[in-house]
Amino acid sequence: MAIREFAERGADLELVGIQKRFPGFTAIEDLDLKIPAGSFFALLGPSGCGKTTTLRLVAGLEEPTKGRILIGGSDVTSTRAHERPVNTVFQSYALFPHMTIIENVAFGLKRRKIGDAMVKAHEALKLVELDHVAQRKPQQLSGGQQQRVALARAIVNRPALLLLDEPLGALDLKLRRQMQLELKTIQEEVGLTFLHVTHDQEEAMTMADTVAVMNKGAIEQMGAPEELYELPRTAFVANFLGQSNLFTGNVVSTTADAITVEAAGARIIVPTARAQRHQGEVTVGVRPEKVSLHTEAPIADANRNVLGAGRVVDVSFSGVSTQYLIELPGQGIVTVFAQNIGFGPVAGLGSEVWVSWAVEHGFGLEDTPDETRFQDDASTTSLAALHREALVSELEEH
Amino acid sequence: MAFAAFSTAEAQPQAQRKRSPIALLLLLPGIAYLVLFFLTPLVSLVLTSLQAPSEFGDIGVYDYAFNWQNYVDVVNQYWPHIVRSFGYALVATVAALVISYPLAYFIGVKARRWPLLQSLMLVLVIAPFFISFLLRTLAWKQILSDESFIITSLKALSLMAPDAHFTGTPFAVIFGLTYNFIPFMTLPLYTTLERLDLRYLEAGSDLYASPFQVFRKVTIPLSMPGIVAGTLLTFIPAAGDYVNASRDFLGGPDTQMMGNVIEANFLVLLNYPAAAALSIILMAAILVLVGIYVKRSGTEDLL
Amino acid sequence: MSGEVQAAAVLGGLGENEQLDANKPAGGRVRPRRLGLGDWLLPVYTVLAFIFLLIPIAYTFVFSFNDSIKSNISWRGFTLDKWLNVCNVEGGAVCEAFANSIIIGIVATVVATVLGTMIAIAIVRYRFRARSAISLLLFLPMATPEVVLGAGLAAQFLAAGVAKDMTTIILAHTMFCISFVVVTVKARVASLDPALEEAGRDLYGSPAQVFWRVTFPLLMPGIAAAALLSFALSFDDFIITNFNSGSTSTFPKYIYISAARGIPAEANVIASAVFIVALVLVVGAQVSRAARQKRLAKLG
Repeated sequence: MAIREFAERGADLELVGIQKRFPGFTAIEDLDLKIPAGSFFALLGPSGCGKTTTLRLVAGLEEPTKGRILIGGSDVTSTRAHERPVNTVFQSYALFPHMTIIENVAFGLKRRKIGDAMVKAHEALKLVELDHVAQRKPQQLSGGQQQRVALARAIVNRPALLLLDEPLGALDLKLRRQMQLELKTIQEEVGLTFLHVTHDQEEAMTMADTVAVMNKGAIEQMGAPEELYELPRTAFVANFLGQSNLFTGNVVSTTADAITVEAAGARIIVPTARAQRHQGEVTVGVRPEKVSLHTEAPIADANRNVLGAGRVVDVSFSGVSTQYLIELPGQGIVTVFAQNIGFGPVAGLGSEVWVSWAVEHGFGLEDTPDETRFQDDASTTSLAALHREALVSELEEH
Repeated sequence: MAFAAFSTAEAQPQAQRKRSPIALLLLLPGIAYLVLFFLTPLVSLVLTSLQAPSEFGDIGVYDYAFNWQNYVDVVNQYWPHIVRSFGYALVATVAALVISYPLAYFIGVKARRWPLLQSLMLVLVIAPFFISFLLRTLAWKQILSDESFIITSLKALSLMAPDAHFTGTPFAVIFGLTYNFIPFMTLPLYTTLERLDLRYLEAGSDLYASPFQVFRKVTIPLSMPGIVAGTLLTFIPAAGDYVNASRDFLGGPDTQMMGNVIEANFLVLLNYPAAAALSIILMAAILVLVGIYVKRSGTEDLL
Repeated sequence: MSGEVQAAAVLGGLGENEQLDANKPAGGRVRPRRLGLGDWLLPVYTVLAFIFLLIPIAYTFVFSFNDSIKSNISWRGFTLDKWLNVCNVEGGAVCEAFANSIIIGIVATVVATVLGTMIAIAIVRYRFRARSAISLLLFLPMATPEVVLGAGLAAQFLAAGVAKDMTTIILAHTMFCISFVVVTVKARVASLDPALEEAGRDLYGSPAQVFWRVTFPLLMPGIAAAALLSFALSFDDFIITNFNSGSTSTFPKYIYISAARGIPAEANVIASAVFIVALVLVVGAQVSRAARQKRLAKLG
């Protein structure tokens, strides 16, 4: 694909069997990825999972140890960064401090010897509403403004693929929301393919058409945000994307529609279609907002899982909702998010409660969480609650 | 290290270093130049120090040999100068440290609120460099010569004996050395103190340390890199200096340092082996000092 | 001599770094509070120290106006003669020495800056063997006493049968300047954000284009500081020059030789002129930079 012309529309990206080794560690073991043209794709994962490395491989700033990279069908693995129809919005913006804003934006066009570079640069600045600062230097702009300039500088080149490396990290909440909307709008207007790398799951879910969750150099699960959220396949995804209540036990019976898992005395039913594994030891789970809290033992219902009785060990008010931590004997702590439809909590600290959820909301994972991994992912609030519990009981003994 | 200690720009985390033939291209010309004009002369110096007088030549003509006797002769003849050089350098270094530390402290710590003033004061510190150091030293010689205003006044006030001199004494030489090396000491101290996080000092006070104790137990250890850098940068050139001690400047017949005798032997007496042997001795002493330093901090830190 | 590297490094680093906020104080501001007696001690000391540092300069400057004949030791009267006719004395020897020093300084600076900058880039950006050895090789000239450097080079020129003249001086000066250039530029290279060059590559700049349009302009302050430093070192060098110059005269050498019989006031004139020019340049640079930053801060 000739760099001299603008891409008519975004191209698709394919990574085949990518491996990236650095002296001392392997960042990516074996990665396969396909991003369709014109989509907004988010690569989500904790720091160190390899997502930034993947981005740099696509940009051409690093070379893969093994594997191929194809953009729009052509193999670009051996082409260098300046020969690829790809542009990056860097995390630190990387605006050239010794050039004016307009020179920054026109830089790529000039290197490619595109005609009317300055005119096009001004247009790009108008798109991000910063044409009035064209003659200033980057140091004179605020963080939000610099971010928009970095975006303009990349977009003006109409790349087949636009890479965004956590570009919104340095912005405050309001500005971030604004930029998320703007980015989405621009992507849809211009029709480019965006690859957005981030550790912020909310950002990924709001903006992207497709999300891939990456962990330790491999993609654990990929799909539309709702799909990933409502039907996580691995413990990592279940805990990284939002929170989950997980229960590990053995499958005691299966039917065509559902499997029943016995976990520490409780029987949990999960639809077969939503369970990755149907026998042996499996981990099943449910999202906290799908769980209802009952102050009296609920009537048995074939379509609902009920656990209880347990005790409320923590109540956290967070405006829109309240988070309850319930200790269930044998199960550990279960988290419930309840929307604050009325004033005050549904159940107070220490009260006896039951939890239930619709069977169809449960999911079954293909692996079990490591004890240690689960500890890491436990929210600090639940750990603090446990601690407080322990202290209170200690003090009561004296 | 020493030399990086006085760069105030913050280093950015760099990308992994690349392996590339370009490195060779970049390094080769400069390194080759240094090998040719630094290493080889040093080797040359060693060889020269071992030469013996040619049987058939006049003064200044020598043959290559392994005349280790040169070293023995040189030490026998010039040991006072050797001791004197290191002695003067040591005193001058300590004096420079004592004088420079408060100065560096004021500029680097107390004046942080006024960056422009800081820059201007630094300019004043290095201003002496803009005037040839020979002229600086000469100026002192004339300001403190026997006929000068200051000395005659001191004698009139009976603060000095009527027949005492200032110039030509070890005190004058050390004075000159100290003066000339104050900027060398101040700048590394400044760079280290400029980066001193004052909250450490506050923490010290918070933990019941008196101001003096805070200074001794917190400030001084934290400014150690600057102190070490400044000390090395002062002691090494001072030990080899010969301008200050020269008779035309602040020195007298009894204040000759190693530098003076090396110069004399090389340029006047044409006794190249002796000059070379003395140079090697001086160099060796310096290398020992640097070696101790490198052992503690590693060569990566050197530059 | 080697203290001037600190001068350049410090001044070059002081706020020339456009990428960072130069006004951000390093860890902790000095809190303003009511000033007590003890607070005056340090400022007073500082003022006295500066006076002490500047006495010889003032003396040299004042005596450049002395109506002296031959030796410039006692004050005979004020005159502007020496300033106006600076090259007349001693058949122009002073001016010739000065001119030689300038030429030597420029040539040595150009060569040392180019070689040193290349080395600095290599050291920071590339992996290569013998890194420790090369670091040591670069460090030693800075640590070696000038007498040793001077004597060594002279011994070598002697052994090679090379006559000592301006060329040997330039060769000698270049040699000891390289290390200082490396140290100064290295600090600057290390403070460059690698993301900037990556952005250059990402935006279709070939390696050469990225170097000349992104890297080099950003390195310029460091390179300029290194060049200035190099020139200052070369101009003021006496010891190494003395060993390697033969009959060629440089400004410091002229002063040394004249010291025995009396330095003409014209030497003071030249030294004072150099001092004033250097001072104006450096102070001007600092003041204009401060003004520029104030302006930038206001606009944003």
